[in-house]
Amino acid sequence: MAFMVYSHSMSADVQLDNVWVQFGDFVAVRDASLTIEGGEFFSFLGPSGCGKTTLLRAISGFQAPSQGRVLIGGKDMAGIGPNRRPTALIFQNLALFPLMRVWENISFALEVKGVDKTARRKKADELLELVALPGQGDKMVHELSGGQKQRVAVARALCAEPEVLLLDEPLSALDLKLRQHMRTELRAIQQRAGITFIYITHDQGEALTMSDRIAVMRQGVIDQIGDGTTVYDHPQTAFVASFVGENNVFSGRVAEVSGKTATVETQAGRFGARLSSTAPITSGDEAIVFVRPESIRLADGVAHENSLTAELIQQEFEGHFWHLVLRTESGDQVRMSVMNDGSTGVHDIGSRINIGFSAQSAIVLARGELAAD
Amino acid sequence: MLGWLRWFLARNGVALSVYMLGAVALWVIIMIVLPQLFMLDFSFRHNWQQMDPSKMGGPEDVYTLVNYHFLAYGSPNNPDPFNVVDVTVFFRTIIAAVFVTIFDLAICYPIAYYLAQVARGGKARLLVLSLIIPFWVNELLRAFAFRILFGEEGTINAMLMGLGILSQPIDFVREDVALYAGLGYAYILLMIFPIYNVVESLDKNQIEAARDMGASWLRIHRRVVIPFAKPGITSGCTMVFMLSAGALAAPQILGGPSSLWFTQIIYQWFNTGSNWPRGSAYAIVLMLTCVLLVLAVMKIFKVKIGEIGR
Repeated sequence: MAFMVYSHSMSADVQLDNVWVQFGDFVAVRDASLTIEGGEFFSFLGPSGCGKTTLLRAISGFQAPSQGRVLIGGKDMAGIGPNRRPTALIFQNLALFPLMRVWENISFALEVKGVDKTARRKKADELLELVALPGQGDKMVHELSGGQKQRVAVARALCAEPEVLLLDEPLSALDLKLRQHMRTELRAIQQRAGITFIYITHDQGEALTMSDRIAVMRQGVIDQIGDGTTVYDHPQTAFVASFVGENNVFSGRVAEVSGKTATVETQAGRFGARLSSTAPITSGDEAIVFVRPESIRLADGVAHENSLTAELIQQEFEGHFWHLVLRTESGDQVRMSVMNDGSTGVHDIGSRINIGFSAQSAIVLARGELAAD
Repeated sequence: MLGWLRWFLARNGVALSVYMLGAVALWVIIMIVLPQLFMLDFSFRHNWQQMDPSKMGGPEDVYTLVNYHFLAYGSPNNPDPFNVVDVTVFFRTIIAAVFVTIFDLAICYPIAYYLAQVARGGKARLLVLSLIIPFWVNELLRAFAFRILFGEEGTINAMLMGLGILSQPIDFVREDVALYAGLGYAYILLMIFPIYNVVESLDKNQIEAARDMGASWLRIHRRVVIPFAKPGITSGCTMVFMLSAGALAAPQILGGPSSLWFTQIIYQWFNTGSNWPRGSAYAIVLMLTCVLLVLAVMKIFKVKIGEIGR
């Protein structure tokens, strides 16, 4: 019956209107404008220090914007403290109260409202069901495992019946297996609860698997907003292309543009690639060709639109994939992933291999800042 | 224990181990255990030294409860059912020490919280310095300065009368205001630092989380900060209470003419009374009462003794 807990809940949209956050001379968030729909799972994705946490604090009310407005459910939040906003924040370290029992932690928001103990306990038990931790209410926080603490933090935040739940990298402390499991779990909880989730992460895997839409941030600026496939397949900037997923980078100069493809002259060769960004690219521009490791194929006698020869310098076997690192004659490093279908032969380190990729699988973008590795 | 000893020897070598263990043992035995045992022994003896030294070590030099009996009932020709003066002073001292402790806690908790969670960097350091530097002035000097401040013709009375708030000076010393202020001030650092230490290790996010869930400042302190700070509060309160109850200089200088501190009575037995056994008995009763009271309060507030050390 856990599904009933949230049948009556509401979700609100969140609107950022030219939001700036400055600390002295440092601009943490630069002119952010976007609308997050009610009931959406929205992620801010970016490297540490890109301003995503600051933006979250501006939405939750812990940080007042230097300029611009934050609207939740259409209402301007200026001057409204975090305790009076319809938001709940899950902290990176969860910030559970160590001296309270699990159920007291969860029902703290009700305690604040003066709800009596029986009702609080009942609500806490319902929420424990929702996060798949039935009967754990009497435990102390330190008796829980990492994943269980996670769920308690979610339950505690949901108890306030927020219209918007804000999550600040809550999975970063978990190990990989648990993290992957909690992604599915969080997504399921969000759909059951039916409220807006705003998720902060530097892990593109998390953002891609859970989110309806993603905003990719770089140095306080939102570079691109879109759903997972759009951001992954149609990056608008060099930064997005290099930050979201792995990409091989070939810098050069545009030789020719025809329709939706361009030909770029690079050190490693002349490559055809599709145009991705809405910003115009013309012949003579400095540009970068991006190719995903999984889009590069072994030539094996087949002619590819773009082909090159490179020396194998490293290979890793990961079961379903071979990960190869090669070096072209021009010195560019190329990473490629070859699906292991059982017939893939092992290559010798140092051998020269012919590889290629299609113009459709590569994209060309104007030269710009790349994500640091 | 034997295993630990072997490990300790192996780790530090014989010479260093013997020195360290010996130093600690000497410290514990000579500075802590022996003096208290002597006092305990004294407290059960007749004061033959003073009354008839020839009986010392003789057949009449036996253990007795006469000194404890005196504290409770006074001399044999005391008309009252119990030793009114000493017992009253005893309880008044304990209650006053409790009061000083509560007073200090009320003042120091906000300061410690501010230092630990609100102030940053230079500001916090400046504040700590301004708390410590006044203690470069020694206790006696400070006590006499308080007399000047609180005296009938003192600064405070002069100010209040100058402002027209008072028409008659108030004798703060007689009213014991000076004493409480002096005692309270003497031990604030012992209250602030233990609380500060604990509160500093409290995760700021917990405070923000509570705030995010709509908790008022009062509730945040009651439910999050104070439970967390309990070990610090306990050790601060214990020290302030013990030291206030056992203070001598401040009551001597700042106490009103009619109010005695129990330590002053103990001092009189040891000093002018030349009755060390009786003084010892009084001192031991004071010590035991204080310890039991502290343990009882810790029991009520569910603080374990191990937590205090953290």
